[in-house]
Amino acid sequence: MSRERTYKVDLLTRVEGEGRFHLVVDGEDVKEAHLSIFEAPRFFEAFMRGRSFQEAPDIVARICGICPVAYQMSAVRALENALAWVPTPEIRTLRRLLYCGEWIESHALHVFLLHAPDFLGYASAMDMARDHKALVERGLRMKKAGNSLIEVLGGRAIHPVSVRVGGFSRAPSPAELGALRPALEQGLGDALTTVKWASGLRAPELESDYVFVTLCAQDYPLEWGDQIAISGRGQFPVEAFDELFEEQQVARSNALHCRLRDGTPYLCGPMARLNHAHERLHPTALAALATSGLTLPLRNPYRSIVVRAIELVHAFAEALAIIDGYSCPQPACFDLEAASASGSGASEAPRGLLWHRYELDAGGLVETARIVPPTSQNQARIEADLVAIAPELLRLDHDAATRRCEQLIRAYDPCISCATHFLELTIDRAGADRSSAI
Amino acid sequence: MDSSNPVHARRPRLGVFKLASCDGCQLTLLDCEDELLAVAQAVDIVHFPEASSSLMPEGPFDVVLVEGSLSTSEQLEQLHRIRKNARALVTIGACATAGGIQALRNFADHAEFARAVYARPDMLPILAKSTPVAEHVSVDFELRGCPIDKRQLIELIAAMLVGRAPVIPNESVCMECKRRGAVCVVVTKNQACLGPVTHAGCGAICPAFARGCYGCFGPRERPNTRALAQHMRAQGLTGREIARSFRLFTAYAPEFREESERHES
Ligand code: SF4
Ligand code: SF4
Repeated sequence: MSRERTYKVDLLTRVEGEGRFHLVVDGEDVKEAHLSIFEAPRFFEAFMRGRSFQEAPDIVARICGICPVAYQMSAVRALENALAWVPTPEIRTLRRLLYCGEWIESHALHVFLLHAPDFLGYASAMDMARDHKALVERGLRMKKAGNSLIEVLGGRAIHPVSVRVGGFSRAPSPAELGALRPALEQGLGDALTTVKWASGLRAPELESDYVFVTLCAQDYPLEWGDQIAISGRGQFPVEAFDELFEEQQVARSNALHCRLRDGTPYLCGPMARLNHAHERLHPTALAALATSGLTLPLRNPYRSIVVRAIELVHAFAEALAIIDGYSCPQPACFDLEAASASGSGASEAPRGLLWHRYELDAGGLVETARIVPPTSQNQARIEADLVAIAPELLRLDHDAATRRCEQLIRAYDPCISCATHFLELTIDRAGADRSSAI
Repeated sequence: MDSSNPVHARRPRLGVFKLASCDGCQLTLLDCEDELLAVAQAVDIVHFPEASSSLMPEGPFDVVLVEGSLSTSEQLEQLHRIRKNARALVTIGACATAGGIQALRNFADHAEFARAVYARPDMLPILAKSTPVAEHVSVDFELRGCPIDKRQLIELIAAMLVGRAPVIPNESVCMECKRRGAVCVVVTKNQACLGPVTHAGCGAICPAFARGCYGCFGPRERPNTRALAQHMRAQGLTGREIARSFRLFTAYAPEFREESERHES
């Protein structure tokens, strides 16, 4: 007698973008474990061609409304590398501050509005607010502080306008940044409270043997780094991305899966960063880690809600430190000369490593653009984890088991809009004729 | 918006839907941190997948907010279903109102595009063009921007609650520049700026950040794009550069589309 069970959700909720999952289990055998992405592709890499390098930060922002700054930062890194220009320390610091704002906004959104309802048993944060008003308000307060930081630096929280190849169109005055201090201080306190709260949440048991992948530099991985660290394998230049990883076309999905060259799925994002770089956390965040009860290496994805809380502490503490030592970059922006050149660059989006590569012609127009977002890197790993929890699902009733799968998928904070803009690339490689793409 | 038949004692039922988009416009609702919980009390949010796992895709709705452009035939079917179940349909953002940045593919060579499509037969049925919602169903109100402006969204919701029309002026970004006291980047820096032909709503963010407007709110009513393009030529921009300026987040809006086509080649 077949004991086949199917768990599925046709429209994943409380994630960014559109996807579904499908898990078929027969006894202890997993027959299928798919996270499919049906979000419509938008062909960014195709229509980037022929655009000026100066337009890139504005255009790539529109890949994702939740992490536009990450796209802007990886793009300027890649393009500035191509044009052999190194940003001044002041510009680098201001970019890090902007990125802190995005981490705060995105992590607060995920922890409180998207993921917390799974742990407390609600459909949404709005429902949760009826019984846990103070909790939701704390999340909204932090989110607002992150958004305010982005607004002061870039004019608006979503798709800020000031990020340029070569710097910022305008840098804020010390007084403008100083005005953010009270909200950021409050945010730091809220984030510390959040670590305590998140540590107390009951997380299902799950330990997987992950290969973690992060950007690697002197500081905690964020906006900067020329090396990619792969656990157990070493560090490699960002430029070598294609020698390290392989994007595979998967029939059921509109996104490409990324694996190590030997086929191993890997994980990027908060848990990978914490495992690789915890000693580089801001001291306040390191202290919060010590009291959180997490033991490293951390291998339980459900606990990533605690990691995001720790990264919230880090981002607030670091933002305050940057504001205190701020001096306005002079000039805020350098004019870079167009050149026939190519370069790669990466940064740590809230969800993990985001890699870009561009080739420019002599007039500075993009000839090819390639973008590998975190969610297509994590997708194979998410499916492997669905396989891993299958035996446990047998002990739950069908609804609870389905909710457990969703909770697991949400732990990765998948950003599905990000993952889907790459169909043209698939076509390109399948057809082996670059000029046939749009 | 239709206010002739006010909803009785019950709270208005709101649905939020997504087509091809970056989620930024619907995120604007969640970014109303100070208002969100009050809105959730005043309005019955019955379908909003990004924020809630209790779904009711078939409504019925008093108001739906639709983000994103039409890119697949499935989305087209979905849009007709949404329209059928909604008393008022509001499009939010440049994707929904003008086809979005993804409409840049509308300008590509279709034969080439089709060849590319057939290289992957298991692909979703991608439509030849990315198009705005209003090209397919009637729209009761539209909010411009890439992304929409938070204040305009709150104004829309407030107006909807009392059954009045939202107050959203149709003027150019230049007017907002003056109100904000921003220095004109055209006059002082000889920068290219779409402010004179772009719909107001953002509060003149770009000029306040020392750069020209790139038109993310799309064309204002009766924009004089020809005169602006002439001025850009006088500023030293090439035809291609002018075409590119009009061809960004609202490239497929007729006024910008036509102007960009004049400067192609
Ligand atoms: S209009 Fe802009 S912000 Fe809104 S969904 Fe489209 S790309 Fe995103
Ligand atoms: S100034 Fe123009 S491009 Fe900038 S935000 Fe406003 S409408 Fe958009």
